[in-house]
Amino acid sequence: MASSTEPSAGQPKGSKLIVGVALAAAVIAVVAVALLVNIMERKQEAKNPFYRVVELTDDTEDPAIWGKNFPLQYDGYRRTVDQVRTRFGGSEAVPKTPSGSDPRSIVAQSKLEEDPRLKAMWAGYAFAKDFREERGHAFMLDDQTYTERQIAAKQPGTCLHCHASVYVPYKKAGGGDLIKGFEKMNQLSFAEARKLVTHPVACIDCHAPDTMQLRVTRPGFLEGIRALKASQGIKDYDVNVSATRQEMRAYVCGQCHVEYYFKGPEKRLVYPWFKGLKVDEILAYYDEQKFSDWTHAETGAPALKAQHPEFELWNQGIHARSGVACADCHMPYKREGALKISDHHVRSPLLNINRACQTCHKIPEEELKARVETIQERTYRLRNLAMDALMDLINDLKQAKAAGKDNGQLDPARNMQRKAQFYLDFVEAENSTGFHAPQEAARILGESIDASRKGQIALRDGKPAAK
Amino acid sequence: MRAQDLLLVLSALAVGLAIGVSGFTFVYAKGASYLTDNPQACANCHVMSEQYGGWIRSSHRSAAVCNDCHTPKGFFAKYLNKSANGARHSWAFTTGWFHEPIAIKSHNREITESRCRDCHQEITDAIDPNHGQGAVLACIRCHGSVGHP
Repeated sequence: MASSTEPSAGQPKGSKLIVGVALAAAVIAVVAVALLVNIMERKQEAKNPFYRVVELTDDTEDPAIWGKNFPLQYDGYRRTVDQVRTRFGGSEAVPKTPSGSDPRSIVAQSKLEEDPRLKAMWAGYAFAKDFREERGHAFMLDDQTYTERQIAAKQPGTCLHCHASVYVPYKKAGGGDLIKGFEKMNQLSFAEARKLVTHPVACIDCHAPDTMQLRVTRPGFLEGIRALKASQGIKDYDVNVSATRQEMRAYVCGQCHVEYYFKGPEKRLVYPWFKGLKVDEILAYYDEQKFSDWTHAETGAPALKAQHPEFELWNQGIHARSGVACADCHMPYKREGALKISDHHVRSPLLNINRACQTCHKIPEEELKARVETIQERTYRLRNLAMDALMDLINDLKQAKAAGKDNGQLDPARNMQRKAQFYLDFVEAENSTGFHAPQEAARILGESIDASRKGQIALRDGKPAAK
Repeated sequence: MRAQDLLLVLSALAVGLAIGVSGFTFVYAKGASYLTDNPQACANCHVMSEQYGGWIRSSHRSAAVCNDCHTPKGFFAKYLNKSANGARHSWAFTTGWFHEPIAIKSHNREITESRCRDCHQEITDAIDPNHGQGAVLACIRCHGSVGHP
C-alpha cells in the first residue's frame, strides 16, 4: 500500500520537472539555431561581396540593371532624391505649380531671391534669370532641362556632359569614339542633344563594368587633367592608367565638380587648368585666351562666371594635402551586416558626421559640426562683404558710364570688376562655403574686395582734377 | 509510469538536441578561438577588421597582441573581462544595435592605460611627477596610433 502511494504522490512533481527541463532545453535549442543561422548569414555575406545575376557590358547604361548585381549600392544611389538642408547648403523642397514648359512640381529654393545682389552681379547673363540651390544627383538632368536659363539663352548640348550619363551616348554618337561623340554633341542644341540621353549620372560614368574599378569617362576631365599635368612637366598623362586608386576616389568626382568654359564656336567643354588649379592661374589663363562669358549689362565689363569649383578649392585644402579624397567624406564606408561598402547616397558629410568625420577625428559630433559651421559662418560674412564691395564698384561704374566717360577711362575699372566678381563667384559658387580650403577661400574673398577697391580708385583717379 | 518514461525520453532528447546544436554552433562560430590570445580571433566577425589591419601595420605588432593591451592582468580578471566584453559584443553584433564608428568603453580604456604603464613603467614614472599633483595623463592622448589608429 505504502509502496503504491509513494510514486503516485511523486509522479506529478517529477513529470513537472521533466517537462520543465524539456521546455528549457527546447528554448535553448531554438536560440542556438537562431544564432547559428545568423552566424551563417554573416559568414556568407563576408564570403560573397556580390552575386552576378546579370551580365554588365560597356554599353549597359541603365543603373537599374547594375543595381541587380549591386543592390546595396543601388539603394544608396537612389536616395540622392532626398532634399535635406544644412546650415549653408542642401536643398529645400519648394512646391511649384507644373506648367507646360516645366512639369516639375517640386524645385529647390531660389538663390536669387535669397540674395538679390546676385542679379546685379550677373546682369545680362542667364543666371540672373534663374539660379537655385543644387539638388541631389538624381535631379541633375531634370533641373538642367527645365531651368528658365534654357529660355533666357540658347544652351548648347555641351551642358549634358555633366547633367546626364553621357558615356554610352557619346560612344554611340561618335561611332564608337568617345571624343568624337563628345565633339559632335557639344555642337547640337540642348534640345537635340537631350534626346540622345536618358539617365542622370549613372554607375557606368565612374565604374568599369567588368572589374568595377573606378575610371574617368568624361572627356572634359581626361583633357583637363592632361593639361594640368603637362603644366607640371608630365607629358601625355592618361588618368586611367597613371592615377592611384585613392586619387581616383577624387578624380571621378572632379569629372564634373569643376570650373569650366565653352571654348570657341564649336562649344568645346574645356577645364581651364593649363597653368594650374588656383583661381589666379585660372584667371590668368582666361585673360590670355581673352575669354569672357558675357558682357555685363550695366557696366559693359567682360565678365566671367565661376562654376562650382569644388575640385579646385578642395585641392588647396588640408584634406587634399593629407590624401583625403571626396569619397572619403561624401561616400564614407558603411557596414551592411558583415559587409563594408561605400555609401552611394552622395550627400553633405554634415548629415553623416559619424561615418564621414569620426573615422579619423575621434571627437564628439557636436564639436565637429561646430568646427565646420564656424568656418562656414566666417566665410559667409566675408562673402557678404565682398558682395557689398562689388555692388559699390558696379554702382560707381554705372554712374561713371552715365556721366559719359569713355572706354579708356572705364576699362581699368571694368577689368577690376571682372576680377572681383570672378574671385567672389569662385567661393560663392563653390559648394562648401569655404570648408574645402578655409584660408584659401578667405584669401580669394580678400583679393576680391581688394579688386573692387582698386576698381573704385581707378574711377576716382580717372576723374578730371577740377573735382 | 509509462507516460513518465516517455516524458523522460523526450526531455532527454530535448536536452541532447540543445547540447548538440549549441555545441555545433560553438564550434562553427570558432568559439574556442576566443579563449586564446590569437589576434585573428578578434576579427572573426569582421567588425574589428580595421583595428586588426591597423595593428598589423603598427609599431606594437611585434611587441603586443590584442589581449596584452585590452585585458587586465591576472588569469581570473582576464577571463572575467573577456567574457563580459564577449557577451556584450555578441549581443551588439547579432542585433546590429551599436554606434558607429565603434568606440572603447571607459572601463576598458582604463585597462588599456594600465597595460601601457605595465610595460613602460620606467618612462611613465618619470613623466607623471612632472605634471603636478592630480594631473591625469593618458598615454594615447599623444600616442594614439601605437596600437592601431
